[in-house]
Amino acid sequence: MVDSHELLEVMEKNSRISIKDLAVMLDENEEGIADQLAQLEREKIIFGYHTMINWDKARVDRVTALIEVRVTPQRGEGFDTIAQNIYRFEEVSAVYLMSGAFDLTVIVEGRTMKEVALFVAQRLAPIDQVLSTSTHFVLKRYKDHGVILEDRESDERMIVSP
Amino acid sequence: MRDFIRRSVKEMPPSGIRRFFNLASEMKNVLSLGVGEPDFPTPWNIREEAIYNLQQGRTVYTANAGLLSLRRELSHYVQRKYELAYDPATQILITVGGSEAIDLALRAMVENGDEVLIPEPSFVSYKPCAQMAGGVAVPVPLRAENDFKLTVEDLEPYLTDRTKILVFPFPGNPTGATMHRKDMEEICELVRERDLFVISDEIYAELTFDGRHESIAAMPGMYERTLVINGFSKAFSMTGWRLGYACGPAWLVEQMTKIHQFAIMCAPTTSQYAAIEALRNGDKAVEEMRNEYNRRRRLVVQMLRDIGLPCGDPSGAFYVFPDISGTGLSSEDFCQQLLMQKKVAVVPGDAFGACGAGHVRISYAYSTERLKEALGRMGEFVREVSANRP
Repeated sequence: MVDSHELLEVMEKNSRISIKDLAVMLDENEEGIADQLAQLEREKIIFGYHTMINWDKARVDRVTALIEVRVTPQRGEGFDTIAQNIYRFEEVSAVYLMSGAFDLTVIVEGRTMKEVALFVAQRLAPIDQVLSTSTHFVLKRYKDHGVILEDRESDERMIVSP
Repeated sequence: MRDFIRRSVKEMPPSGIRRFFNLASEMKNVLSLGVGEPDFPTPWNIREEAIYNLQQGRTVYTANAGLLSLRRELSHYVQRKYELAYDPATQILITVGGSEAIDLALRAMVENGDEVLIPEPSFVSYKPCAQMAGGVAVPVPLRAENDFKLTVEDLEPYLTDRTKILVFPFPGNPTGATMHRKDMEEICELVRERDLFVISDEIYAELTFDGRHESIAAMPGMYERTLVINGFSKAFSMTGWRLGYACGPAWLVEQMTKIHQFAIMCAPTTSQYAAIEALRNGDKAVEEMRNEYNRRRRLVVQMLRDIGLPCGDPSGAFYVFPDISGTGLSSEDFCQQLLMQKKVAVVPGDAFGACGAGHVRISYAYSTERLKEALGRMGEFVREVSANRP
């Protein structure tokens, strides 16, 4: 078994790395790595594999909004049920319970600002426990998932040096 | 006009890397595995600290030995990392890279005709610096079968009455060799017996993959006869900042500081402020880089084995030093043909000393994609060379 922290760190940066390379780089045999990955998937420690896409560059109309939501927690349930009622909408890509001035951050994606605004007005805001919403649209992504989208730093090193 | 150049300088050959560099830099789209510096940019917190200090107008000379606050921070750092205790006021000197410290140490100690033992293959500066100081550079060949570790048997044939200094370059460039306590015991005994002094170049200390780096200065009876040289280039990815340091006995640091004072004045001020940040808040970045290098190291070693080039078990720095003699080519021919035919640049082993012949240095300070592509091409090259042999 390799250190699962290191395995996860490597996978987080590059989920397409082959089992063979992982085995070499982490000094373990391939079966061992495959078993360990399967175990991490079963335990939902690894809960999906995604591709990071720069939609702007793909010229696909897509807007993202970060919505601050204040809600009334329910007796015995806390925030979980209300969060569930929100994250089940297909338009919602992420929901986080927050500390501070509001309760939930809801990330919503849609084709246009109008579409997202209508979702908030017609679906999100009317939910009983929702006290208020505040919608912020993303205008430009500079860095996502630890990756700088337009990294201008290039390899300036000489070809050969001692 | 007279010939104004000193004979000893004129006779000094340029670095073996230089010739190859000229060749490679004329070609386009070369995939290089030839550099001796990290590929990670300097961590942003360190760069940001430098910018802040520039904005504050901290752009004047520092004390000759370097900012006292930096020397204090270094004193803590070498204590917690390598169990070495140095007084910031008298035993630490901040230099322009580890290279300046090597030069200063040799100039401060070597008299005409003194012999300096230099294990090879190793970094290109030791020999010319020893010679410029008026000394005699005595190469001590390291052996691949020992994973290029230094042994007493390697040293013994080269000891004479004039032997004064042992350069101790581990983890090693270009071999990746490391030395641990058990490897150093007998050597320390010999050094004490023959009353030698050790210049320990530990610039790659933080890139040790087979346990913790152990400094020869921490070995019994060695503290008073060892100068530890280190710097920020490799550990913190700060090559261009030109900042190194030397720690050792006060009697030596005092004399080195004199030369430094007249030749250099002080190390770059902005770099010194940035270095304080590196020491205080750099550990996490260093660890991440070390782990990444270690994964690449395993990948490169495996790929070289698959190609059929023996490369031992390099356990430090970011180099692998495979034996290419099985191809029937010299190091020079191997590198030149690999460059011409596959556009991959690696460095001939004999650039690091005559005994490096038959090897090449591969740096893994590159992304895994680059390493795989370049080593894939090298594999093709080796197969083609073997197929064409009579």
